[in-house]
Amino acid sequence: MTKNAARTTGSMQVKRGLAEMLKGGVIMDVVNSEQAKIAEDAGAVAVMALERVPADIRRDGGVARMSDPEMILAIQASVTIPVMAKARIGHFVEAQILQSLGVDFIDESEVLTPADETHHIDKMAFNTPFVCGATNLGEALRRIGEGAALIRSKGEAGTGNVVEAVRHLRNILGDIRKITQADSAELFEWAKKLGAPLPLVQEIAETGLLQVPLFCAGGIATPADAALAMQLGAQSVFVGSGIFKSDDPSPRAKAIVEATTHYLDADILAKVSRNLGAPMTGIGMDQINERYAERGW
Amino acid sequence: MKIGILALQGAFAVHEEMLQSLGAETVQVRTNQDLKSVDALVMPGGESTTMSHLLNTSQLFDPIAERIDNAMPVFGTCAGMILLAKSIAGGRPDQRFYGAIDIDVERNAYGRQVESFETELKVEGLQSPFHAMFIRAPQVSRIGSNVEVLSMHEDKVVLARQGSVMVASFHPELTSDNRIHSLFLQEV
Repeated sequence: MTKNAARTTGSMQVKRGLAEMLKGGVIMDVVNSEQAKIAEDAGAVAVMALERVPADIRRDGGVARMSDPEMILAIQASVTIPVMAKARIGHFVEAQILQSLGVDFIDESEVLTPADETHHIDKMAFNTPFVCGATNLGEALRRIGEGAALIRSKGEAGTGNVVEAVRHLRNILGDIRKITQADSAELFEWAKKLGAPLPLVQEIAETGLLQVPLFCAGGIATPADAALAMQLGAQSVFVGSGIFKSDDPSPRAKAIVEATTHYLDADILAKVSRNLGAPMTGIGMDQINERYAERGW
Repeated sequence: MKIGILALQGAFAVHEEMLQSLGAETVQVRTNQDLKSVDALVMPGGESTTMSHLLNTSQLFDPIAERIDNAMPVFGTCAGMILLAKSIAGGRPDQRFYGAIDIDVERNAYGRQVESFETELKVEGLQSPFHAMFIRAPQVSRIGSNVEVLSMHEDKVVLARQGSVMVASFHPELTSDNRIHSLFLQEV
């Protein structure tokens, strides 16, 4: 956080403020300026700049790292919407570089190969807001305790299979609902069970809400998937491989944007789901060697 | 009296909570049907390019323009202010807007998110300062003589009103202070 007479930058409220502005929107993974423009044309609220979409990272194997700054700068120059980029879990120097580039949100992401098997980045030390993945409420609250301004379900990136995202959203939101029913003595047990800071658990018991916005990521491939995530209680969706690994990215991107806005209107969902060509093929959970969602502690 | 909140994308939920805290009856507006039921409209913060796109695909752009022409009160914050301006610098060429208030705006003029900030504002008609959030905010680059200035930050107009149209480049919905929403409801 930086203060001068007239302006305070990098405060938690300012960081969460941008997350609020992204609600009801679609954040799309893009690997170059052309894709970034297609995403903006389609109505994306932000783009995630990365060298390979998760489906390709999964196929290629090896170590996945922060993208080349040159490529991130090119994407920033090509669109007017916010640009996000990924740093490896625990790799605070990659995060420092992304902040220096003026990236609008840093994703400390399990899709990249972790740099630290014990510690996540101290996100309070940055003026740039962070988004982190979570599979359950304990993980979400640990990330919030470290300073994350936005939580997304991890899902299972690069699979085109929404099953894990649904599991994670249900885990997080289901436990929030249960905590609101717990009495004050039971909250200690909840904090212990979740491995989460007690004050954050107590706050949830009081408000019934996660402290930061909750978005969905990991496996969304169709407009119906996006609306499913929204109806389950996500407030926006990240779409990674689902758009640019499909047959015809532009109409699919537009349809997912409309589905995210009109997620409760089945007539509109039926209309926008028509004639989109083939979605990404996708893979079943029993066919993958490595679950990215298990990365993070 | 029903207050609509344009709910295509962005910070519409917090606007709704704030209006409800003032006792207003609210409706989230996503379709022309929703629009017909409201007497005033709030256009929230979010991404103005996304909202412009969704106003077209949801067949809402023209019906809203018609309602504004017929003096429906509107309040636009941040992206909402961009949608209501006369001209936009730094937008997309195909971005649509209403020209409902005689100001020009420059999109993202305060810079990227690392430059986003909070500050105290002196606001016309309020006894004590208002705590304001500027998130990748637009700047007013020109203001017509018929526009009433309600607040300035540094040398820029950040809150203004012309007839039944009010705009803010910051986010009064992100605080727990409902005094600016109350100013808007007085117009309604």
